[in-house]
Amino acid sequence: MAERDPPRLRAVRQSLPHDSAEAHVAGGAVYVDDMPEPPGMLHLAFGQSAHAAATIVAMDLSPVRAAPGVIAVFARDDIPGTNSVGPVFDDDKLFAEDAVYCGGQALFLVAATSPTAARRAAKLARIDYEVASPLVTIAAARAAGSVLEDAQHMTRGDADAALDAAQYRITGSLEIGGQDHFYLEGQIAIATPGEGGTIHILSSTQHPSEIQHIVAKLLKLTHADVTVEVRRMGGAFGGKESQASLFAAACALVAAKTGRPAKFRVDRDDDMVMTGKRHDFTADYDVGFDSNGRIEGIRLELASRCGATDDLSRAINDRAMFHADNCYHLPAVAIVSHRLKTNTVSNTAFRGFGGPQGMLAIERVIDAIADAVGRDPLEVRRINLYGPGRDVTPYHMQVTDNIAPELIEALAASSRYAERAAEVAAWNASHRIIKKGIALTPVKFGISFTTTHLNQAGALVLVYADGSIQLNHGGTEMGQGLYIKVAQIVADVFAVPVECVRITATTTGKVPNTSATAASSGADLNGIAAQRAAETIRDRLAALAGELHGCAADTVRFTSEGVRAGEALVPFHDLCRQAHLARVSLASTGFYATPDIAYDRKTHSGRPFYYFAYGASVSEVAIDTLTGEHKVLAVDILHDVGRSLNPAIDLGQIEGGFVQGMGWLTTEELVFDDAGRLRTHAPSTYKIPTASDRPARMEIALWDGRNVEPTVHRSKAVGEPPLMLPISVFSALTRAVAAAAPGKGLPALDAPATPERILRAIGELRARAPTSAAL
Amino acid sequence: MGVRFLLDGDVIETGPVDPTMTVLELLRYRLRRTGTKEGCAEGDCGACTVLVGELLEPDSSIVKWRAVNACILFVGMIDGRALMTVESLGGSAPIQREMVARHGSQCGFCTPGFIMSLHARSLGASGSELPVADVIAGNLCRCTGYGPILAAGDAVPPAPHHDGALVDALSAIQRAEPLSFTFDDPLVGHARSWFAPRSIDELAAYLADRPEARIVAGATDVGLWVTKQQRILDEIVWVGDVRDFDLITPHDDGSWTFAAGVRYASAHAILAAIHPELGELVRRIGGLQVRNSGTIGGNIANGSPIGDMPPALIALGATLVLRRGDAVREMPIEAYFLDYGKQDRRPGEFVAAVRIPPAPPLFRIAKLSKRFDSDISAVCAAFALDIVDGVVRTARLAFGGMAGIPKRAAAAEAALVGQAWSEAVVEAAALALAQDFTPLSDMRASAAYRLLAAQNLIRRLWIESEAPEEALSVLALADG
Repeated sequence: MAERDPPRLRAVRQSLPHDSAEAHVAGGAVYVDDMPEPPGMLHLAFGQSAHAAATIVAMDLSPVRAAPGVIAVFARDDIPGTNSVGPVFDDDKLFAEDAVYCGGQALFLVAATSPTAARRAAKLARIDYEVASPLVTIAAARAAGSVLEDAQHMTRGDADAALDAAQYRITGSLEIGGQDHFYLEGQIAIATPGEGGTIHILSSTQHPSEIQHIVAKLLKLTHADVTVEVRRMGGAFGGKESQASLFAAACALVAAKTGRPAKFRVDRDDDMVMTGKRHDFTADYDVGFDSNGRIEGIRLELASRCGATDDLSRAINDRAMFHADNCYHLPAVAIVSHRLKTNTVSNTAFRGFGGPQGMLAIERVIDAIADAVGRDPLEVRRINLYGPGRDVTPYHMQVTDNIAPELIEALAASSRYAERAAEVAAWNASHRIIKKGIALTPVKFGISFTTTHLNQAGALVLVYADGSIQLNHGGTEMGQGLYIKVAQIVADVFAVPVECVRITATTTGKVPNTSATAASSGADLNGIAAQRAAETIRDRLAALAGELHGCAADTVRFTSEGVRAGEALVPFHDLCRQAHLARVSLASTGFYATPDIAYDRKTHSGRPFYYFAYGASVSEVAIDTLTGEHKVLAVDILHDVGRSLNPAIDLGQIEGGFVQGMGWLTTEELVFDDAGRLRTHAPSTYKIPTASDRPARMEIALWDGRNVEPTVHRSKAVGEPPLMLPISVFSALTRAVAAAAPGKGLPALDAPATPERILRAIGELRARAPTSAAL
Repeated sequence: MGVRFLLDGDVIETGPVDPTMTVLELLRYRLRRTGTKEGCAEGDCGACTVLVGELLEPDSSIVKWRAVNACILFVGMIDGRALMTVESLGGSAPIQREMVARHGSQCGFCTPGFIMSLHARSLGASGSELPVADVIAGNLCRCTGYGPILAAGDAVPPAPHHDGALVDALSAIQRAEPLSFTFDDPLVGHARSWFAPRSIDELAAYLADRPEARIVAGATDVGLWVTKQQRILDEIVWVGDVRDFDLITPHDDGSWTFAAGVRYASAHAILAAIHPELGELVRRIGGLQVRNSGTIGGNIANGSPIGDMPPALIALGATLVLRRGDAVREMPIEAYFLDYGKQDRRPGEFVAAVRIPPAPPLFRIAKLSKRFDSDISAVCAAFALDIVDGVVRTARLAFGGMAGIPKRAAAAEAALVGQAWSEAVVEAAALALAQDFTPLSDMRASAAYRLLAAQNLIRRLWIESEAPEEALSVLALADG
C-alpha cells in the first residue's frame, strides 16, 4: 500500500515531459555540432592503423602535411604531458606508441580547414608496419594466457563438495555477443583556447570531470585550467563514459598547439571502429540440483573479451559476477571471471555494465535445469528465488529488499503465463514449421557504483531576487530525463512550478570532482545533492520569513499558493526579494554520498549495493524453422522503480531499455574478421531494432511499492535494469528452438539469436541422439 | 550558375557549389539550420530526414512531397524544388504536439528525422498510404523503443491540402534549360561538373559524348562513395530531371515497362498490384527515404550482388533496355550481370528501362536478413514456376547474395522442369542448389547458412502447396 503524498508534493511524481521535449521536436535542442562555429575553427581526423597488431617501423607524414587544407599534423611527440586517455590506467593512448594494439587505433591527428580535407589527408600517410598475428577471440586469448588481470574468484560455501553431493548435475556453455551503443549522435568535441593557457571543452560526454583530468594531464595543466561542459548528449548508454575522452583530448591538443578552436566530429564508421562496445562473454556452467530443480551447488566460469586496454573492464567484469545470481539463491557457489586481453578495440561501459551477461548466464542455467527435470522453467525459477533463510548473495551481502517472488506472481497472473504456456505447447504440437516459445524471467539489479568512492555527487542551486531558480549538478543529460527529474525535486523543495527552475548545462566550472553519470545513479545521487542545496536555501528563507512575520522558522510552510509564515501568505518571489534586501545568501551547494556501502574487492565480499531494483517480463516468440527468422509476438512487463519521480520518464526508460536489450540478444551482431577488423561498423551492417521490431503487443506496468532505503522520494534507479528484461525473449527463443526437436534437450542457442544462429541450433539439436530424460 | 530552390517560401541560390556537397552540409554548415542531424552519413538512420517537394508535372498544380535522407542528397538534386526541414514546421505542427504529449523523444537527436517522416505522412506525401511502422522504418531511435513514436504517428493521419502559393513559387523557379554548372574545387585543384539533362535524348547525347561521366539517379549508393570513401567525382550527370524517365507503362500482354528513373516508392503500389510478393519485397527495400530516392534502374545498373530487385526480375524473365546515343538494345536481365563488379554496359550506354512480364501462377519471393526492415539480404530468392497438370513446365529460380552477381540456379531448375510436382522432386532441386552456388561467408551470414536457408526456401514451396497453413511467415503471425 503506497503511502499518501504529503500535500506539498506537487512537482515530483508527475508525468512531466522531458525538459527539452519542445526543443527536440522543433529541432531547437542544441547539440555540440549545432553550436555556431567560431572563425578559424579547425576540423580533425585521425590517421588510423590498418592492422590490429603491428609495430610501426616508419611513419612518413609529409604527404599529409602537404595535402590541401591541412593546417597542422600531430603525433605522439607533440604531446606535452602524458600520452593517455584512459579512465583508470594510462594504457589507453591518444596516439599509438611503437606498437599498435588494435585495428583502427589512432596514430596521428590531422587539423584542417574542413572535415573533408582532414579525412582525405589522413589517408595519405606512408606507414611501414611489421605486422604481427593478432589475438582476436576469447578462445585465442585464453590459449595464449593474455589477460588484463588475474582471474577473479567469488565464492560462498563449498561448490565442489555440493556438486559432488548433488543428486543431479549438468554442464553447459553459452556464448554471449557484444553490442555497439549506436547512440544517434556520434562522438564529438570542441576545444577553445582561452587566456593564460586555459582551455574550454564542449564534449558529448557522460563524464566531464574525467575529460578535465585527462586533458590536464595531457597538456600539463591543472584541473582548474580546464573546463568541460555538456548540455545534452544525443544518446550515450555508457558509450560516452570513457570513450569521449579520445576525441576531446585530440581537440584540446590542437587548440593548445595552434591557438585555434578545434572540432572533432567523428564519422559514424570511424566511431564504431574506434570506440569500445559491450563485452562479449563465454559462460561455462557446472550445476548440481535436486529432483525439483533446486540448485545445490554451482561453478560458473565467465570469460570476456576486454580488448586491448583496461578501460573499465575490471569493474564491468566484477558486475557480471555480481549478477550471476540474479534473483536466485546459490547455496554453494564458485564464480570465476577471466578478463582477456585481445587486439580488438577496448570494450567499455554499456547500460548494465556486465550485469546483463552474468544474468543471462544464470538464466540459461535455470532453463537447462528445467529441461533436465522436465518442469516448466517458471517452476524452477520460483523454487530457486531468494527467500527467508536463503538471502545471502555470492558476495556475502544479505538481500533485504527482495520483492522478486511477489512481483513474479503478479506478472504471471496479469500476463496469464500458465494458460499461454499451454497454448504455446498446443500450437507446437500441431505445427511443423513455425514454433513458438514463451518465458518469464526476472531481474534483480544492484544499485551503486561498485567502486565505492564514486557514489558521491554535488549540486549548485542559485535563487535570484525575482524568484527564478538556476539548477546545476554533476549529472549529465543523455536523454534519460535526469535534468527534469532533478528539476522536479528542486521545484518541490520550494513548492514552485517546475517552469521556475532553469536547468543549466553540466560543467566542471560549477560542480567539481564529479562522477560519471552512470550505474543508473544519476537521479539517486544528484537528486539528493540538489535537494540538499535547495533545502539549505529554503531554510534560510524560512528563517527570514519567521523573523519578518513573527513565527518560528520551522512553522513556515512553502505551498503552491506561496510561503505561509504565521498569518501571512507571501509570494515566493517577494520573499526572495526580501531576502536579497536582508542580505541573505540565495546560493548553495549540496552534496551527497551514498551511506552504508562498503566492499572488499580482494575477497569479493561486502555490501557493494545500496539496494536492488527488480522487474520481470514475459515474452512470447515465434520462429521459422526453415529460415531461422523470428518475431517477438507479445511482451508483458512489471517493473520496480520504487515510488516514481516521473512515471512517464520511467516508462520510457523501461520500454527503451527493453527494446535495446532485445536488440542485443537478437539482431545486433558484431563481426570481427580473423585479422581483427570489425566488419560491422555502420548501420548498413549493424542492425539495431526498428519500429516494426517492437512487439506488436507490449504491456508495461510499474510495480506499486517504495524503496525501503531512504532514497530521494523513495524512488529507485531505472536506467539500466530494464535492459535485462528481454532475457525472456532469449529464453523464449531457446524454448521455441527446443520445440523444433522435442525430446532432444535444450538447444545450444548462443546470443545474439540471429536467424543463422537459430537455424544452426535447430540443426544441431535435430542431429542429437534423443535424450532420455537426463535424470 | 548554382542551385536554386525554395526554403520556407524564400528562393535560395547557392552560387558556385561543390556538385557533391550534400543538402545536409548545405543546411547545417552554410545555412546554419542545425535541426537536421547527421547520424550516419549513409542514409541508414534517418536523422537527416527532410522533405523535397516538386510539381507533379511542370505545369501541374499539385506538389508532391517525399521524405529523403539529406546526408546523401546532392545539392543539385533539389534544384527547382522546395525543401522543408524541421525548422519549417515552427514547433506546433500536429505531429510535434503529439510527440511531446506522448513522450516520443528522449535524447532528441533522432527526433527531427521522425518528425519529418511523420509530418510527410500527414501531408499525404509519397508513401503516406503505408502504416506508420513502415513510414518510419528508415528512422532509427536508440532510446524510446518506438512505442510513443508509433502512437504519435497514428494520432496524425494523412490530410493532404492544396498550397497555391507554393505551386506558384515552384512554377516561378522552373528552368527553361538544363541545370549545368562547374565548380573550381580548391581541394582537388580542378573544375568538377554537374549536368541535369531534361530529356532522354539529351541524356543519351551527353553520355555518348562523355562516356566517363558518372550517372547518378537517387544517389543512395553513389552518395556513400562521397561521404564514406571521400571519392572525388569530377563529372556527374544526374537523371532526376529527365522527363519521362519515371514512366510506368502497361502493355496489352500484361507486362509492364518501368523507365529506369522510376523511384521505388513510385513503383510500390503498381508492383504490389502486379504481384503481392513484389509489393512485400519493395516494402522491405531500404526505408521509405531510400525508396523515395532510389530507382529501379539504379538498383540494376550498379550491378550489386545483393540488390533486392534483380532476383525477382530474373525469375520473372524481365527484359532490360539499354541505350547508347540512338542505339537501343535489349537483353534478358540476367545477361546484364557478367561478374562481380562487371556488367554488360558499354561506354556511354545507360539503362533505359526494364520490362516485366506477368508472373506465372506460382511466384514467391523471400528475403532473409538479420532485421526485417531496412536491411541488406543475406539471401534473396525469387521463384517463378508454371505447374500444369501436376508437371513443372517452367521453373526460374533466381538468387541474390549467393554469388558475385544475382543469378539463376540452373541445376535446381533442371531438377524441376519436366518433373511431376512432388516432395521428392522439390527435395532433389533443393539438393541440386549446392551445384549452383558456392556462397561466401561475410558479416551478414556464413556460406553454410546461405546454402541451407536457400535450400529450405525451395523446400518451403512444397510445404506451401501441400499444407498452406504450415507455410505461414512469422511476420504474418505477428500481424495476425
